[in-house]
Amino acid sequence: MVRTIAGRPGGASAPAGRPQHTAPGLRLRAAVFIRRHHLAPYVLLVPSILAVGIMVVYPAVQIGVHSFQNYGLQQVTGVQPISWVGLRNYSLILHDPEFWLSLRLSLIFAAVVVPLTLVTGTLVGLLLNRLGRKMSAFVSTAAMLAWATPAVTASVIFYWLANPDGGVVDWTLTKLPHWLGGGAHWAQYSWTNSALPAYTLLTVLLVWQSFPFIAVSVLAGLKTIPAELHESARVDGAGPWRAYWRVTYPLLKPIYLVLLLLSVIWDFGVFTQVYIIIGPGNLDEYNLGMYEYERAFTMPPSYSIASALAFVLTLILLIITVGYVRSSIRQGAIK
Amino acid sequence: MTQLAPTRRVRSRRRARRTWLNLLGLLVALITLFPIFYMVSTSLKPPAEIETLTPHLLPSHPTLANYRAVLNGSAAGIPYWTFLKNSLFVTITAVAASSLIALLAAIAVARFRFRFRTTYLIMLLIVQMLPQQALVIALFLDYRSWGLLDSLIGLFFVYMAFALPVTIWMLRNFVAAVPREMEEAAAMDGAGPYTVFWRVLLPLVAPGLIATSVFAFIFAYNEFVFALTFLLTDEAKYTLPLFVQYFYSRNGADWGAIMASSTLFTLPVMVFFLIVRRRLASGLVAGAVKG
Repeated sequence: MVRTIAGRPGGASAPAGRPQHTAPGLRLRAAVFIRRHHLAPYVLLVPSILAVGIMVVYPAVQIGVHSFQNYGLQQVTGVQPISWVGLRNYSLILHDPEFWLSLRLSLIFAAVVVPLTLVTGTLVGLLLNRLGRKMSAFVSTAAMLAWATPAVTASVIFYWLANPDGGVVDWTLTKLPHWLGGGAHWAQYSWTNSALPAYTLLTVLLVWQSFPFIAVSVLAGLKTIPAELHESARVDGAGPWRAYWRVTYPLLKPIYLVLLLLSVIWDFGVFTQVYIIIGPGNLDEYNLGMYEYERAFTMPPSYSIASALAFVLTLILLIITVGYVRSSIRQGAIK
Repeated sequence: MTQLAPTRRVRSRRRARRTWLNLLGLLVALITLFPIFYMVSTSLKPPAEIETLTPHLLPSHPTLANYRAVLNGSAAGIPYWTFLKNSLFVTITAVAASSLIALLAAIAVARFRFRFRTTYLIMLLIVQMLPQQALVIALFLDYRSWGLLDSLIGLFFVYMAFALPVTIWMLRNFVAAVPREMEEAAAMDGAGPYTVFWRVLLPLVAPGLIATSVFAFIFAYNEFVFALTFLLTDEAKYTLPLFVQYFYSRNGADWGAIMASSTLFTLPVMVFFLIVRRRLASGLVAGAVKG
């Protein structure tokens, strides 16, 4: 299987065959050269740098380049040449109400989902810490299964749960008593027709999918806190609320910072779930990632405007990533 | 007697609290499991029990007809095995290649101190966070000119490269955990660098290699954005996530078959997740796996 790489044109296998005859001298000289100049680590890094460079970094640079060009259908088919247009794409998107709508949806969505996920995850993590061994294993296995559910499957399941024709959510809501907001008006209610219900559904879906990661991380953090600290807090008369904010939270603060930044990155950039639940065609429900993707891949494609949008999305995420990297380093992640 | 009474009260209060906590735990577990349970339950229902406005939790006449339709291809036009084969081909080749490349890089990072080492590690963290739905635009245009659209080989290259950062990040800890003295002892006994690698380092890193491979496997097996963009018209080349989505967007009404195909697609990932759950629980925060 690995041969697929080695067999690539220009890969290692073609030149490696020839020097076999002249090998001893050449190979030895190469080995001596590598050792004398301490090149071994660099040689070991070359394959990974090539792979990541070509498939990840180069496309990121290309997006920046395309965003200053007029790359569209006629350029991709070769009818017209590619030309530079300066900042025109950026001024176009800045005057595009759809861009601002999608950006606002992405921001609001992250602002709602991230705190909800963190709070749910923390509560479940605290619960796991206090449960007996068997019950704790049962609950964490259940959470693990939610986490393991692929994004595509999870989205399809939630779409089915909230389906107006026979979905279990609408049925439950019609059966709920009035004072809980239930009633007959929920019969065949469509959750994907407008932005608010669609993103409510997406919020539940994303919290369901991502609280286990928070719970497991918080639990791992809780295990590092010596039990005496909690005991002494209890002796001092602190209730669970005070004990959490006075003892647990300050000790877990670095973990929380990383979890917060990771959640923001994931929820702001969410794509698969939005693509499946909202689907192509509902322009006024797109978030930034979805809008950018659809500008590139629905007819007529405008790769340049999509690249400008993608560049904005990447830039926002990079700014958060810088914070994430810094707090990871402070946590001692890079040794 | 007077001293015993409070202890008993304390004990019963403690027992009551434990009962409440267990009930709460049970509730959390049931809510969490419900969507998965309902997927499996729907997949076992005949059409009459699905196309109704009064859904039941369990099928009253359970049937395997949905699975049969998905497996033999009468539901989607192409049998499930074709998509499974595509997914396994792309996933296994990508995981094998990225594990090998990552092992080399992990050795460099864990065993050597060199210039740009920190830069390299930071770049790994950053690269991992780049949004795939942004990069896919440029990659689509490249693949178009390289003739890699509608091809599983094209997907292999993307999955191999995108699995690398997490794999390197996790593997370097496993390599660092191998005591250097063992390699030195082997070298003293006259083993060359290749023998040291094959006979000493590789067997000791193998458990870590398996754990990280599982993560890479889950990533590649679940991946959606690249498959959606690169596999266009040739349905016989679709991978499983794309098959589930395509099936769902086309046969919007056949929920029994959609849930059956989702179940078949999801079960292997869940099994894998339960295998690596120990590793998940410890120190995942830095270099985390995308959820």
